[in-house]
Amino acid sequence: MKFITAIFLTAFLAFAIGLFTSLPWWSFVFTSFLVAMGVHQKAGFAFLSGFFGLFILWVILAILKDMPNEHLLSMKVARILPLGGSYWALILIAGLIGGLVSGLAATAGCTARKK
Amino acid sequence: MRIIPFLISTVATVGLVYLLNTPLPVGNTKTPRLGYFLSPQQGFWQNAEASNTSFSGEVKLKGLKGKVDVFVDERLVPHIYAQTDLDAYYVQGYIHAKFRLWQMEFQTYVAAGRLSEIAGPDKLPIDQFFRRLGMVYGAEQTMQRMEKDHEMQATVDAYAEGVNAYIKSLKPEEIPFEYKLMDYKPEAWTPLKTYLFLMYMSYDLTGSGAKQDLKMSNAKNYLGYEDFNKLFPNVQDSLDPIIPKGTVYAKPSIVPVAPLGIDSAYLNKTSNSNSAESPLTPNRNNGSNNWAVAGSKTVSGRPILCNDPHLGLNLPSLWYEIQINTPTHNTYGASFPGSPAVIIGFNDSIAWGVTNAGRDVLDYYEMKFKDTTMQEYWYNGEWKKAELRMETIKVKGKPDVNEYIAITEIGPVMYDHHYKSDSAHPKNLAVRWTANKAGTGVKTFYKLNRAKNLEDYKVAISDYTCPGQNFAFASKSGHIAIKQQGNFVARWNRQGDFIMPGIDSTYQWQGMIPESENPMIADPARGWVSSANQKSTDSTYPYYLGIGHNFPLYRGIMINRRLATMNDITPVDMQYLQNENFDVFAEMARPVLLKNIDDSKLSTVEKKYVDILREWNFRNEITAEGATIFNAVWDSLEKVVWKDDFTNAKSPMPWPDASTLLENLLKNNNYQYADNKNTPNKIETMQDDVMEAVHKASVYLAQLEKDRKLDWGRVKDTKVTHLSQVPALSRLHIPIGGGRNCVNATTTSHGPSWRMIVHMTDETEAYGVYPGGQSGNPGSKFYDNFIDSWAAGKYYKLLILSKDNAAKNEKMKWHISFTNG
Repeated sequence: MKFITAIFLTAFLAFAIGLFTSLPWWSFVFTSFLVAMGVHQKAGFAFLSGFFGLFILWVILAILKDMPNEHLLSMKVARILPLGGSYWALILIAGLIGGLVSGLAATAGCTARKK
Repeated sequence: MRIIPFLISTVATVGLVYLLNTPLPVGNTKTPRLGYFLSPQQGFWQNAEASNTSFSGEVKLKGLKGKVDVFVDERLVPHIYAQTDLDAYYVQGYIHAKFRLWQMEFQTYVAAGRLSEIAGPDKLPIDQFFRRLGMVYGAEQTMQRMEKDHEMQATVDAYAEGVNAYIKSLKPEEIPFEYKLMDYKPEAWTPLKTYLFLMYMSYDLTGSGAKQDLKMSNAKNYLGYEDFNKLFPNVQDSLDPIIPKGTVYAKPSIVPVAPLGIDSAYLNKTSNSNSAESPLTPNRNNGSNNWAVAGSKTVSGRPILCNDPHLGLNLPSLWYEIQINTPTHNTYGASFPGSPAVIIGFNDSIAWGVTNAGRDVLDYYEMKFKDTTMQEYWYNGEWKKAELRMETIKVKGKPDVNEYIAITEIGPVMYDHHYKSDSAHPKNLAVRWTANKAGTGVKTFYKLNRAKNLEDYKVAISDYTCPGQNFAFASKSGHIAIKQQGNFVARWNRQGDFIMPGIDSTYQWQGMIPESENPMIADPARGWVSSANQKSTDSTYPYYLGIGHNFPLYRGIMINRRLATMNDITPVDMQYLQNENFDVFAEMARPVLLKNIDDSKLSTVEKKYVDILREWNFRNEITAEGATIFNAVWDSLEKVVWKDDFTNAKSPMPWPDASTLLENLLKNNNYQYADNKNTPNKIETMQDDVMEAVHKASVYLAQLEKDRKLDWGRVKDTKVTHLSQVPALSRLHIPIGGGRNCVNATTTSHGPSWRMIVHMTDETEAYGVYPGGQSGNPGSKFYDNFIDSWAAGKYYKLLILSKDNAAKNEKMKWHISFTNG
């Protein structure tokens, strides 16, 4: 239950801080850090909930932009980067990037807590 | 706190964020900041425009005087209805920025020599080149002059305010895609940027001399003037000029006189060669077609005006369609994102279109400086002080570079020991160019937007300076006209074709041709006017027009041939003519080739290609193998004929034009240059040369055939390239015919950049298309949606509507309401 709560909180707070678009894109490291400090889990679980919180958030947000666009832009970007034009690969990589940063921040938050 | 795991994970977080927040080198480019770029709330996803996006809205802007309604049609063309002209230009600026901001700014970065600021040190040579040519200086000169013209200043200012109002309204995540990709941000727009953009157009259309004069000087040094004059002649036998042959010209008010001693001091003077190359050269095919037919030749009895400017094909397109309606005028056409008003278009009374005049308005003078500090130069028998201008170029990721430019009476010193001059024999070359003198900016177009009749048209273009254009005109009252207008130099024969001595005023320009003596015709008896970048007049015009190399011959011949025989013309006929793929050059050249081919000496494969060539109908259609074969044989022939004559050429120089070779082949059975100088024991004839060309071309053609690429469309392989050159943002392999000598002048990356046909009936009937789309956003379906129609030769009907009709027209999909607030 804690795990699910942590994922949900991580995603929700990252989304909320992300609405302030003049802040840097990585501002969610602070919210992920705080969530992991607040929701007591083992380091491994803290990493995973931090990871999935952002992974899920970014994948969903990307899909919500990409579907109505009929993949027009994502397919172009997936040829620039280069991912052979695969928008799914691009969405997954975006999710992985957000997830990894958040997971590491959550691990730091978890280990910052007094035992 | 578990100190060690905490430290490790914190350092890892910081490190990863740092890595993802830094552009990483991949090959010779850099990635965007990946974390930022891929972030759904800030990165490129935000530019993914939903296919059912609504562009309607209410916008409150401080600078507006009244209410402005913009109806946006299904092709995303805005129709602006404003109560004052300044409100209209304010909103035009806003709308340009809304759909084309990145492009507008990027183009001015190029013009201002600021490309390395956003693209890094690789672009430094382009920046230095533009700075030294006086691009910024020239834009400043024009702006200063136009600031004294209250109406124009207010127009350009209102436009700039509109652009800035949009930029200010942008949230960080809303900036255009390319800013995110290249990692920088929009800056404020200024009136100077409009003038910088117009400077860029001047460069694109008159700047070829920046390189050509050096190369021609090299060729003249290498060949000697006598041979040069044969190989780069000014006489073109097949010329069909813009002003019909036989027109009588008034006595010139200036008779330029060549200096004494010109043979030894200029024409036959040999000096060390010029290795300097310009890093960004205007395309030689920059040109255009325009024509207007009188009512006597049309079904309706009303004139029809057509124009298609040929320029580099880019995305976002140079052009942006717009309608501007105010109490003073109602105008539709193609505008430049970056400039107010319509550039090529029509209003309720008249239509106009432009082609490039191709006149030489850029010359080099070799200057003598006292020393390398370049503070003093020798001129008219004394040391004169040069103004030293320092321009600082910011370079992304590197220290600034200072560019020192000495400004002389003649103009800025382009090449010197600071820049690209051969260090063993430093040459100081000052450039004199009409474009970097104060011009009139967008004023001519501003007036054309409002012109009501022939007289207004004449007045509108009378003080136009640069780049020189052929302005075609048609009116609802039944008049047609064409005038070559610009600030043109009154030259003596060959003046400025090569580098000139700059130690005194002997070789200076002796005057500018008065505007009233520029070539013009109105309502000619033949019932049409036309231009396609050929020479404007025959040799009876009393001024020297410039080296023949600058003036392509064949499109003009075709247009005039067709217009001469056409009657009862409709706009659809004109659409076919703009898309005409008939190659007049090939029509004239094939008989000469075939005459010199001995079938008995051909292999089976070669015979097959020659047979296809023989059967070809001279049309450069997509599937035409004959066009591919003709071009391959001709290109090989040029190599066979010229290569030996230029074997020892060490410095860059051009080979003679195709038209020069062809005209000589038509005249002479024994062309002296047919002989291969490298085979002293044999005298080759033209027949030998053509046979060798067929052999060589066949090897290449066989390879094409093996790759299934013998079709002309595949060989030509037309593309429309994004301004950043990124292939994924470009449209490649576009199926379209044509070629450089066809009316449909589409080559690989160049061609008709806006096709327009205006029928001057009571209710204007107009058609247009350009290879792009109204949105500059690669994430929009309106980014490149016109390209397929353009390639297929299809047109859109252009809607020029009154406000009431616009409000109820079913093609108007969206409405943006602008109010003061």
